[in-house]
Amino acid sequence: MTAERDVEREVEVEYTRLRIPFGPIHPALKEPVLLRVSVRGEEVVDVDMALGHVHRGIELLAEGRNLIQTLYLIERICGICSHSHTTCFIQALEEIGGITPSKRALYLRTLIFEMERIHSHLLLLGVIAYEIGFDTLFMFTWHVREKILDLFEKITGNRIHHAMNTIGGVRWDLTPRMVEEIDAYMREVEKSVKYIHNVFMDGTVEKRVCGLGVLSYDDAVKLCVVGPTARGSGVDIDVRRDHPYAAYDELKRDFSVVVERGCDVYARTEVRILEIFESINIIRAILDRLPDGPIRPKENVFRLMRGIPEGEAISLVEAPRGELLYFVKTDGSGGLKRLKVRTPTFSNLIGLKPMLIGCEIADVPVIVASIDPCLSCTNRLIVIDQERGESNVIDVDSLRHRVRRRWMRQ
Amino acid sequence: MKFGKMLRDALRSLFRKPVTVEYLTKPGRMVPVSERFRGRLTYDRDACIGCLLCVRVCPSGVIASTEDMKVAFNISRCILCGQCAEICPKEAIKLSTQFEIITGNKNGLILK
Ligand code: SF4
Ligand code: SF4
Repeated sequence: MTAERDVEREVEVEYTRLRIPFGPIHPALKEPVLLRVSVRGEEVVDVDMALGHVHRGIELLAEGRNLIQTLYLIERICGICSHSHTTCFIQALEEIGGITPSKRALYLRTLIFEMERIHSHLLLLGVIAYEIGFDTLFMFTWHVREKILDLFEKITGNRIHHAMNTIGGVRWDLTPRMVEEIDAYMREVEKSVKYIHNVFMDGTVEKRVCGLGVLSYDDAVKLCVVGPTARGSGVDIDVRRDHPYAAYDELKRDFSVVVERGCDVYARTEVRILEIFESINIIRAILDRLPDGPIRPKENVFRLMRGIPEGEAISLVEAPRGELLYFVKTDGSGGLKRLKVRTPTFSNLIGLKPMLIGCEIADVPVIVASIDPCLSCTNRLIVIDQERGESNVIDVDSLRHRVRRRWMRQ
Repeated sequence: MKFGKMLRDALRSLFRKPVTVEYLTKPGRMVPVSERFRGRLTYDRDACIGCLLCVRVCPSGVIASTEDMKVAFNISRCILCGQCAEICPKEAIKLSTQFEIITGNKNGLILK
């Protein structure tokens, strides 16, 4: 036994074991993360995670504000799934206040939700393409995404922070011309995503990402990962189907939950590509069956806010990255006693550890990207040579060079 | 090979008109924005009745009441959510489509 351990120690001395801090700062996030990656040679042997950098204290800020102000504050938690956050929050408020939005409002909410899912998934596909060194595909994907942002601007007045939700409904209605435009865009996006899917199925991409970052079904269940990360490991969960909210109850038959059993980066990418098609189906169904009626109550928001009694509620939505949870406790006079947000990335980050261990250092960016963490990752890494106590900075570009070199080898 | 197809597309796009547009700073020559676009605030002081509803809903503390029972805006803090324009009973606040808010003079961002 002792002899064995000695042998092991010898090996460790022989190879330089490096710890690479990966992260943490990215201001657009609720959960910037620092990954301390220990490597032996090129192989990742351990991952340590530290959360809490750039903690913005949004939950505390919310407690000092009234509900309307909080609505716009929490929209700023995330720049990609801003609509998911407000929907989740508003649902909780509506439950406490006993307010039922009109059918049309719910359908419009769902519409923006699915458009957001398309743009979020396209963003990630671009990032994955970029991380594996395929810049043409990255540009192509983001070009498709750009048009949906323009569409957002037409419908809601802003590309990112739509400010669509309000207590008891939504703020902007669709005009017949917009319906046509969305329909035309959906045809275009369908064509483009088919093309992107085709390129992702190409042997070169497949070789690069297949079998990379494996998160087994058992690990996925044990670590409670959510969203496309879980569905890529064969876990069949989706809040839209399991606990329908907004208009998903009536749209149940118009989409199916995409589950892949590959457990690797490729499977998670594939889940997202196929989910874009499902989102297109949902949007088409919404445009087909959009009910008439008012989009919001007649009273102004201030009165509605005053009418919300003291109480607490939990609300769930399926954000593009997975299950998003809000706990809201109101104080009865238009303020908040407590707000708790649990974002999907928080659940998914823990899944990174089994994914990363055993992979090569050049694969770290693409694996981290594959869970679609709401963090644009590292601008630079510091490599600390523990043996000699030296530290030198590797920026992301040189890391990408390694990525490319590796790709060339294959 | 599909990869080759992408390469062909990439080569073809070399000869196409660029997708990106030049940023033109001359007013009237900028990229058009949509009708609902939320840009710089405008304030009609005469229409305002001083109800201060806008002060109470503004999420970022842009609006302050003035001594003559009207309001003043510090636009540099505005996040362009449009809630003040929505709640104003007299429609004294509107959001224009002007998206270039930056000035060299900070006082230019105080709207009265
Ligand atoms: S648009 Fe929003 S942030 Fe700007 S002044 Fe109005 S309420 Fe305040
Ligand atoms: S809500 Fe309108 S009328 Fe009331 S104080 Fe503000 S600007 Fe004036």
